[in-house]
Amino acid sequence: MSVIELSDVSRAFTVTSRAGLRRTRREVRAVDGMSFTVEPGEVMGYIGPNGAGKSTTIKMLTGILVPSGGSIRVAGVDPSRNRLKLAKRIGVVFGQRTTLWWDLPLKDSFAVLQKMYGVPLARHKENLATFVELLDLGDLLDVPVRQLSLGQRMRGDIAAALLHDPEIVYLDEPTIGLDVISKARLREFLAEINAARRTTIILTTHDLDDIEALCTRVMVIDHGHQIFDGTLDGLKSSQSAPRTLVVDLATSLPPIAVEGATVTKVDGPRQHLTFPPTTSAAPLLAQIAANYPLVDLSVAEPTIESVITQLYAPASS
Amino acid sequence: MGVYWAIAVRSFRRFATYRIATVSGTFTNSVFGFILCGIYLTLWHERPGLGGYDVDDALTFVWLQQGLLMSVGIWGATTTSELGERVRSGEIAVDLYRPTHLLLWWLSVDLGRALFQLLARGGVPLLVGALVFDLKFPSTPMAWLAVAAGVFLAILISFAIRYLVALSGFWITDTRGMEQLALVLATFFSGMVLPLVVFPGWIGQVARATPWAATMQVPIDIWLGRSPGGTGSALLFQLGWIAVLFLFALLVTSVATRKVVIQGG
Repeated sequence: MSVIELSDVSRAFTVTSRAGLRRTRREVRAVDGMSFTVEPGEVMGYIGPNGAGKSTTIKMLTGILVPSGGSIRVAGVDPSRNRLKLAKRIGVVFGQRTTLWWDLPLKDSFAVLQKMYGVPLARHKENLATFVELLDLGDLLDVPVRQLSLGQRMRGDIAAALLHDPEIVYLDEPTIGLDVISKARLREFLAEINAARRTTIILTTHDLDDIEALCTRVMVIDHGHQIFDGTLDGLKSSQSAPRTLVVDLATSLPPIAVEGATVTKVDGPRQHLTFPPTTSAAPLLAQIAANYPLVDLSVAEPTIESVITQLYAPASS
Repeated sequence: MGVYWAIAVRSFRRFATYRIATVSGTFTNSVFGFILCGIYLTLWHERPGLGGYDVDDALTFVWLQQGLLMSVGIWGATTTSELGERVRSGEIAVDLYRPTHLLLWWLSVDLGRALFQLLARGGVPLLVGALVFDLKFPSTPMAWLAVAAGVFLAILISFAIRYLVALSGFWITDTRGMEQLALVLATFFSGMVLPLVVFPGWIGQVARATPWAATMQVPIDIWLGRSPGGTGSALLFQLGWIAVLFLFALLVTSVATRKVVIQGG
């Protein structure tokens, strides 16, 4: 059975704007006719530009916002009608906020959570021991949260969201502002938790490396609509993002003529050419090597950023 | 219920970490205590028995007032101003993710704070005052018990008022006006300016019937044994306001929650 089911969910907001004495009301559809299901144990990346409707969806999934149309079921219940009951079965992390007690040692926040979620003490200790080891929290338990670095605090927040064994975890920008090492460690931890406990993870992020490292499934939304739902590889191959060939010539030349590719940038002796993903790079190279003084070259595959930018383009124009 | 106890304990500990603020605060309270004693001594010298208080009553009033000021939170408290800030910024939505009741969560946080400030910021000024002046103290265990009850109820009433002011942010974009109004009302009607017993006629009667009177004047009168209708009726008066204010606070909480959930903020 699916752990999350959305069918034709919409959410509209009324925005009042004021020009002089005239008030105009306008309806904005933050989420418009969204349908999808998530299976237990899936790790889904939920991505889209700012204002695409990501947080609105998460708010509806946690029950703190009622959809204006359609129906939602999370862990078998209607979230907004069972908000308090559902709260015990889900975990939420906001990268830019903290639920930890700012002026108290980290362990105090964990003690409150044990009571708040009614976790049996033995289970709490077991979980805490696991997280302390995996997230390297041992030395931090006695440190007031305000003295923790951003990466340390984030590890604390993630542990806090998982202490009550939630079935579903929503992570909103969990790696925002973290350095490369902290990011890698966090991703490793989430992958481990997902594998060991089959926790369903919904991850919204702007960092596509998070998606690459963790997600078995990606959903891209824009203007409240789903514009892609599938695997990361599927996402990459769905778009014909052009590849780039960078050649270094012995001397500065005007743009070179190569059949099947076009020069997009000339930078002294270095020239950038793009060619469609359906074309092989080998014949292009042969052409260039035969006609021009070729010194060095490199081929760049389309980045996931460029794929997604291309995905947004038709929707925004 | 365990969770609310755990929250109150953490809140107590949190305020216990602010050592310098506590020390400088008690110093300020003591200085103001001496200034007010100077004024009250002059006043009661000119008008002995003003409002039914003798000089010792008036001086005891000053030191109890200084001791209760922070704990009761007459001029607002860190906890409820943080709540107001969360309402303004919309961060209050995060509080709704928790499987706890919004009102009980903040009440627990506030009680933890109030207890710490009662012990740390209530005791010292009273001790300082008692060293210099001849202050009155309750004489029987029953009287002490009544004082404890009166102070506890006063904190509940003050919390309910501050909570309602903070939640007004759901409907008013800028709550500063509301906070100013609450501050002025609380300052006058709690007896911070002058004990409410000195106001004659209907002004005095109205002043003594407000919820703010129940936060400061009433518990102090219980301490002094000078409650107009006796200690029992003073406590009942407080309980009456608690019933009214908490019912209203529950109603506002549920309307505010619905507003967030249905209208989206």
